[in-house]
Amino acid sequence: MEKKIDLTLKVWRQRDRKAKGQFETYNVKGISTDSSFLEMLDVLNEQLINEGKEPVVFDHDCREGICGMCSLYINGHPHGPDSAITTCQLHMRKFNNGDTITIEPWRSAGFPVIRDLMVDRTAYDQIIAAGGYTSVNAGGAQDANAILIPKTDADEAMDSASCIGCGACVAACKNGSAMLFVSAKVSQLALLPQGRVEAARRARAMVAKMDELGFGNCTNTGACAAECPKSISLSNIARLNREFIKAKLQD
Amino acid sequence: MWLTNSSIGRKVVMSLSGLFLVLFLTFHMCMNLALVFSPDAYNAICGFLGANWYALVGTAVLAAGFIVHIIYAFWLTWQNRKARGNDRYAVTTRPKSVEWASQNMLVLGIIVILFLVLHMAQFWFKMQLNEIVPVSDANPHDGSYLVIETFKNPVMVVIYILWFAALWFHLTHGFWSALHTIGFNNNIWFNRWKVIGNVFATIICLGFAFVAVALYIQYGVLGWDVPQMPAVH
Repeated sequence: MEKKIDLTLKVWRQRDRKAKGQFETYNVKGISTDSSFLEMLDVLNEQLINEGKEPVVFDHDCREGICGMCSLYINGHPHGPDSAITTCQLHMRKFNNGDTITIEPWRSAGFPVIRDLMVDRTAYDQIIAAGGYTSVNAGGAQDANAILIPKTDADEAMDSASCIGCGACVAACKNGSAMLFVSAKVSQLALLPQGRVEAARRARAMVAKMDELGFGNCTNTGACAAECPKSISLSNIARLNREFIKAKLQD
Repeated sequence: MWLTNSSIGRKVVMSLSGLFLVLFLTFHMCMNLALVFSPDAYNAICGFLGANWYALVGTAVLAAGFIVHIIYAFWLTWQNRKARGNDRYAVTTRPKSVEWASQNMLVLGIIVILFLVLHMAQFWFKMQLNEIVPVSDANPHDGSYLVIETFKNPVMVVIYILWFAALWFHLTHGFWSALHTIGFNNNIWFNRWKVIGNVFATIICLGFAFVAVALYIQYGVLGWDVPQMPAVH
C-alpha cells in the first residue's frame, strides 16, 4: 500500500576535497513509500533547484544494485538500514513518517570526498590494476570444459566475484580497511585453476597497493561483511591472509 | 621486511605474539591451581622459576612477547585512526554480528596492562626480581605466603576478578582473530574457532578466578593458618 511520508534530512554538504563540510537540514514532504531512496533524493534536488539552491551531489548509475556506483552512509549504515542491498535498492517504506535521516558520505582517508556525498573511489581501480586480473593470450577462447573445476570451488569463486566494489566495507570499517574488497578480488581468482598460476604475485601486488593507498589494518571486527550489500564472506579475508603469507614465505 | 611494512605482516606479528601470550596464560593458570591444593607444591614450582638461567631466559622471551604485542597494538591503532580520515561519522551503529570486544581491543588491552603493573609490583617484584637483586623484605622463595596473604583481602579478590573479566573479553576476540589472521579459517571453521576461543577464554579466566576465590575462602573466611617458610633472606 502506497503511503506518503514527510521526512527531515540531515545531509553532509562539502564544497570540495579540501573544504570543511557541515550538515544541512532539509524537509521533504509527500514522499511515496514505493519510491527508492535515490528517487527521494531526486525529489529533494528538484526542490533545491526550484529554490535556486545547489543540488546535493551523490553517485549513482544502474539503480538496480549491480554497478557499485551508489554509496551513502544512512543512519549509521553503509547502503542504509536494510541488509544485503545497495542504496539504490533501498525503499522508502523502510522509513516512517516524521523520521530524521542522517546521510553522510563514505568517510575514509582512502576515499576522499569529491563533493557532498560523492567520494573518490579510484583507489579500488588502482588495486585492481595492480593485479586483480589473469594474464591470458589473446585468440580464440578455449573449450569451457577443458579445465575441470569442482562445483564447490566454482560456487565459492562466484560468491567472491559478486563483490561490486562499492566501498561499503571500507565505509563500515572502524579501521578504514579495504581487506574485504581485496580478499574477494584475490579469492575469485585464487579459487580457480586459471587464477592459481599468478596467485602469489597477485596477493603480493594487491596488498602492497592497498597499503600504499593508506587503507587501514584489518582487525577482524566483521563490520564489513555485516554491511556488505553482496554479503561477501569474512572467510575471504582468511584466504587472502593465507595467500599473502604463503607468497611471502616463498620469497 | 614484510612483518613491519605490510598490513597483513603486522597483523601476523599481533597474531603470533598474542597466541604466545595465550600459551603463557594457560601455563600460569595451571601453576596457580597448585596453590589451592598444596602451598608446598606451588613453592616448588616457584623454585623452578626463580633466578635460574632458564627461568630468566624464559622471562626475557615472555617480556619481549608482551612488548612486541603492545607496541604493535599502538602502532596499528595509530595507523587505523589515520586511515579512517579526519571527519568522523555523526551516526554510528554496531551490526549485531560485530562483537563489542573486537572494536575495543586496545582499551581492553590497556586495562589488562594497568592491572599487570599492579600484579608485577605485588608478586614478580617480590619474588623473581627480589631473588636477583634484593628489593624487598619479602622472602623470595615463599611465593605461597605472599599470594595467600594478598588474597585473604576480599578487595584484592574483586580487583583481580575485574582484571580477569577484561582479559576474558580480550581473549574472546583475540583467540579466533589470531587464527583468522594467520589464515587458519574458512566458512566451516569460522564458528568453530569462535566457540573454541570462547570456551578456552572462559576456562582460563575461571581458573584464575577460582584460585583467587578459593584462597579467600580457605584463609580469609575459614581462617586456615597461612603456611610460612622460615626466613632465610
